[in-house]
Amino acid sequence: MFSSASNFVHGVDTAFLFIIGVSVFFLILLTTIMIVFVVKYNRKRHPHATQIKDSSALEITWTTIPLILVLLMFYFGWKGFLPMRQVPADAMNIKAYGKMWKWTFEYPGKKVSDTLLLPLNKAVKVDLISTDVIHGFSIPGFRVKEDVVPGKNNYTWFIPSKLGDYDLFCSAYCGLSHSYMFALVRVVPENEFNTWVASLPVRKADDNNEGYKLLEKNGCFACHSVNGTKGVGPSFKGLYGSEREVVTNGANRKLKVDDLYIKTSVYEPATDVVVGFPQGVMKSYKGTIKEKDIPKIIEYFKSLKAE
Amino acid sequence: MNNTEHVSFLEHQGKHKGILAWILSTDHKRIAFLYMYAIAAFFLVGAILGLLMRFELIAPGETIMKPQTYNGIFTVHGIIMIFMVVIPGLSAVFGNFFLPILIGAKDVSFPKLNLFSWYLFMFGSALAVASQFLKSGPPDTGWTFYAPYSTTTGTSVIIATTAAFILGFSSILTGLNFIVTVHRLRAPGMKFFNMPLFPWSLYATAWIQLLATPVVGITLLMLIAERLFGIGFFNPDLGGDPVLFQHLFWIYSHPAVYIMILPAMGVITEIIPTFCQKKVYGYKAIALSSLAIAGVGFLVWGHHMYTSGMSEQARWFFSLLTFIVAVPSAIKVFNWISTMYKGSIDMKPAFLFALAFIFLFMIGGLTGLILGSVATDIQVHDTSFIVAHFHYIIFGGMGFAFFAGLHYWFPKMYGRMYNFKRANFSVIALFVGFNLLYFPQFIIGVQGMPRRYFDYFPRFQWAQILSTIGGVILFIGLIVMIYNLVKAARSGEKAPANPWNGSTLEWQLPSPPSIENFDEDPVVKENPYDYN
Repeated sequence: MFSSASNFVHGVDTAFLFIIGVSVFFLILLTTIMIVFVVKYNRKRHPHATQIKDSSALEITWTTIPLILVLLMFYFGWKGFLPMRQVPADAMNIKAYGKMWKWTFEYPGKKVSDTLLLPLNKAVKVDLISTDVIHGFSIPGFRVKEDVVPGKNNYTWFIPSKLGDYDLFCSAYCGLSHSYMFALVRVVPENEFNTWVASLPVRKADDNNEGYKLLEKNGCFACHSVNGTKGVGPSFKGLYGSEREVVTNGANRKLKVDDLYIKTSVYEPATDVVVGFPQGVMKSYKGTIKEKDIPKIIEYFKSLKAE
Repeated sequence: MNNTEHVSFLEHQGKHKGILAWILSTDHKRIAFLYMYAIAAFFLVGAILGLLMRFELIAPGETIMKPQTYNGIFTVHGIIMIFMVVIPGLSAVFGNFFLPILIGAKDVSFPKLNLFSWYLFMFGSALAVASQFLKSGPPDTGWTFYAPYSTTTGTSVIIATTAAFILGFSSILTGLNFIVTVHRLRAPGMKFFNMPLFPWSLYATAWIQLLATPVVGITLLMLIAERLFGIGFFNPDLGGDPVLFQHLFWIYSHPAVYIMILPAMGVITEIIPTFCQKKVYGYKAIALSSLAIAGVGFLVWGHHMYTSGMSEQARWFFSLLTFIVAVPSAIKVFNWISTMYKGSIDMKPAFLFALAFIFLFMIGGLTGLILGSVATDIQVHDTSFIVAHFHYIIFGGMGFAFFAGLHYWFPKMYGRMYNFKRANFSVIALFVGFNLLYFPQFIIGVQGMPRRYFDYFPRFQWAQILSTIGGVILFIGLIVMIYNLVKAARSGEKAPANPWNGSTLEWQLPSPPSIENFDEDPVVKENPYDYN
């Protein structure tokens, strides 16, 4: 253990060692006693049982000792955890966006990246933002994990204290590609970090399009690309006005993508599923995307013409 | 009792014949059998789904199924095993059969309600099974139905939650029935502290069923309303809070763990004294610790949510209470082991299952301490460590206790005896397979392997291979056990009334007992372990 990849490793692993130590001791002790009794008092060797009277003293002893031990465990667990909620005032802010099924990290100056690059020995506060369902921000090497809950301003922080690569997993189940929602965490010296951040692209220009913002906010781009690449769902590029073969009630039919089709696909995605894509994967956005916003999305789609 | 006139409940001829004599019977023993056969069938389905997951996970990447199928299978495995197998499990089968007998009653207080509970159970189960075959596909939320995923996914969540809602009512009514039975139907002169310890554990369980289950009922209704009408309880865009769902869900689902494990502890508490020929050590401590677990167990649900963004105060409060609820469980283990001291131990299959239970339950309980402590829980929360932990408690605990109870009471329930050699083989296969299946998951869990993962990094594969091999061994053990018991039920040797020289009331009755158990009220003894 004690790899000291972050400032929390020591506290967490101390709690681990104490609890595991006590547990292994009792597991071995009690199992040994059980085996000794089973052998020693086997009916062949010990045909008649001797009845033993209950003893309050014994009951009190084996209530008190475990109680003291578990309170100690509580103490170590709490001591290892508390620093995780005490963010230093000078910590650098990074926003982590969790979307089905992709992490995006935003550095100061609206610079975005798919990799979580971190400067060595600098405190980093990560704001956890979800735009769809609950995700989990977990970096086992750092001993940190906090759920990314829509509508809640959850956060975590740490000081990366060892150069190297680490894994970031999505720990809270979030649907189809939950197990593919991971990212690379790389800890580098501070000067290297600064150069890298400076080279990052700024958030996309489509930012000002109302339809784009709605799709972005609802995490649509996790499955539907805007450049023609096939994702979990069909690409939005050249979608509007094109002809598609879809499965309706188990039968194939052809249709032209119009306003009605787009509205149906947003609210009842299982009704007409484009051939070659799985059914029941997309959720309904009824109540999430308002009816008055649908035309904005359609306008945006019209701008994504096929070349 | 005069055995020549004895007609067992299995042979008894009532108003109805054939299958109707079973599905219209209000006899608590026949209802216990109805539950047992249904639960055994569901358990097998759940186990096969579990095995399919193990084969999928034997190698990284897609092995035998697509991710959507995998997500559906772990959800269905969870729903079947939790709501249809382990929650009703011990109470509905052994509780129904032996609670009235152990307190000297002819039946439960409300026999018709008891049968109605079984129908609710079957109706709920049928809906749960149906949700798998609907056009929109099996639910893919996990058995926890966390919002907002569950309020937005396109799969059959409404049917599945309705099923869980109905199954909940079956549980509430069984709890109510048992509470009234314990209060009103004890044999004349039997005080609470003259009851054996299995009824004590059922009594504590019944209170949890009655008080906690309505909470999950309401929660599931809120979820359905959210999906149908977009009300916004759990939707932050409409002012709701997704974490609210987790609170409401765990207010029930944590106590539900005690609904599963308390009767298991009760069964073990009956088995150990019998095969040691000892009076149970620490009767009062065990009885009161059941009540303590049931009581404090209501106040620890937050330990499922240390990473949800709860306030620091809530995190330490729930952590402290979680550690306190560990103590009564420890007390039980100490008393069980002390009961063996200077006993005359007969290593029959039921006792071997009980020993396996104690060992597995200790591992499950001790790893629970890692989850109670906030710092360490954050490392292993939502990893395969959790999966290993709750399988140790639920399968290693409740499951092995069920098998122990089955081998203990089988001769009483069927009036026939099973083959000991085959039974011993199944104990060993189940024990070895179980540990090989779940123990490696602790290790990769600490290393960070998240749960509910269809695919994983190659560095975790060694454990997944061991687990799959363990799963196969475990399954072989199950098949041998079931074969052995089915064969015994059909053509086993006739069992005597008291094959283990047991000292509680049920062993004073013929095997199997008659339709109303007692011809006359039993004479109550001060110590419930004194009837031989």
